[in-house]
Amino acid sequence: MKKTALYENHLKLNAKMIEYANYEMPVYYEGINAEHLSVRTHMGIFDVSHMGEFLIEGEDALRFVNYLVSNVIEDDLTKVTYALLLNDDGYPLDDLLVYVVQKNKILLVVNAGNKEKDLLWVTKQAKKFDVTVRDLTNDYSQVAIQGPKVKETIDQLLDTTVSDLSFMTFKIVPYQDGHVIVSRTGYTGEDGFEIYGYHDFIIKLWDDALNVGVKPCGLGARDTLRFQANLPLYGQEIAEDITPYEAGLSFAVKLDKEDFLGKKACINHKANKTRKLVGFELLERNIPRHGYIVLKDEKEIGIVTTGYLLPDYDKPIGLALVDSNYGDLKTEIQIQIRNKAVPAVIRNKKFYTKNYKK
Amino acid sequence: MIKEGLLYAKTHEWLKVEGKEALVGISDHAQEALGDVVFIELPKVGAVIKKGEAFGAVESVKAASDMYLPISGKVLEVNSDLESTPENLNSDPYGSWIARIEILDEKEFKDLADHTEYKEED
Repeated sequence: MKKTALYENHLKLNAKMIEYANYEMPVYYEGINAEHLSVRTHMGIFDVSHMGEFLIEGEDALRFVNYLVSNVIEDDLTKVTYALLLNDDGYPLDDLLVYVVQKNKILLVVNAGNKEKDLLWVTKQAKKFDVTVRDLTNDYSQVAIQGPKVKETIDQLLDTTVSDLSFMTFKIVPYQDGHVIVSRTGYTGEDGFEIYGYHDFIIKLWDDALNVGVKPCGLGARDTLRFQANLPLYGQEIAEDITPYEAGLSFAVKLDKEDFLGKKACINHKANKTRKLVGFELLERNIPRHGYIVLKDEKEIGIVTTGYLLPDYDKPIGLALVDSNYGDLKTEIQIQIRNKAVPAVIRNKKFYTKNYKK
Repeated sequence: MIKEGLLYAKTHEWLKVEGKEALVGISDHAQEALGDVVFIELPKVGAVIKKGEAFGAVESVKAASDMYLPISGKVLEVNSDLESTPENLNSDPYGSWIARIEILDEKEFKDLADHTEYKEED
């Protein structure tokens, strides 16, 4: 199993470690609930060094990436773009962030669990273009610092001004005797930053952040936070058998773009949507979980993709992929939990309202 | 922490025998492995449950875990206070009994571990 550069730091904090995407990662330090609340009210730092980073370089970099991913990638050295990596059938192999870091140099940030698959796919597609593809995952660490207080702390932590970044933009700033990439992005529904850099830089940043009271947070809280903010997770809301339209990700698929992988199939998917990702809440105290069956009058109509009983929400809530015929708001459904069909009702997916400027 | 005077199942439930009845709970190791317990599903009073069968479930934020009855029993009473304070299973696992059962077959005790034999692993 692989370890991130912060592995020893996690052990020092007595983290509960689990295997995730072949990495030994912290699931929590103090507890998922405490860490979740800390990010909602104060600040938390996450080690997300398991994420994959690929660098696309060459004359054709921009043209290639626009062919490779579903969203429009502009020649803009400040913008971070969320996109999908689709196969020829228009199904997502992954979701990713795209950074044009320099002219002819584009960074793709992919999910840890998909990076081997992604690298094969990207390398194969790159053959027709004047580009090279390099996997930089092992050269870089990444942390996310998230929470409403981060904007007051981040400049001091990095000893430079990054609090002027707007949401979904980035800059490369000097740090120690080198540079780090800082982007105003995150996966929690809070304001925050993600920082990429060499291992020793990120270890220093981690230690400094903890010293000023940023709480270390594990993958457990990362999942509860992203779920509550209706941010999809690959393997749950996004998968190779769920179209971008069923998952509610049409905003990241630009069919008016000239050509991209999976475009033709997506035109068809858009016209033939039979399932829908919906929010729901349980009407009894229990916990809906990934993989549980959704019923309507004893008939199976779908599956729970994620569900939780959160520390700052009074009802158990979840996301489910259901037959579109039963996907309207206020539809009464049931979730099969062990041997019981627990009543639930379909609602909007906004379980948490973001409080920061976009 | 392993408490003396209790019997333990390999699946990390404890049994406190009181004459023809017994209290059932989960071990310190079980609560530690689960993390913050946020929900418990209790058995129905009157249910007859065989040794090794699920009698309820405990859930942390992250995961649901079935609880297995260490011996065959009939449920006489459940600790419904735990429904509103499931975190007591974390803070006081040996003081937080989950169900009181009528012991149906004392011979089944032989398959359980005492505090010297019980292992906090898996």
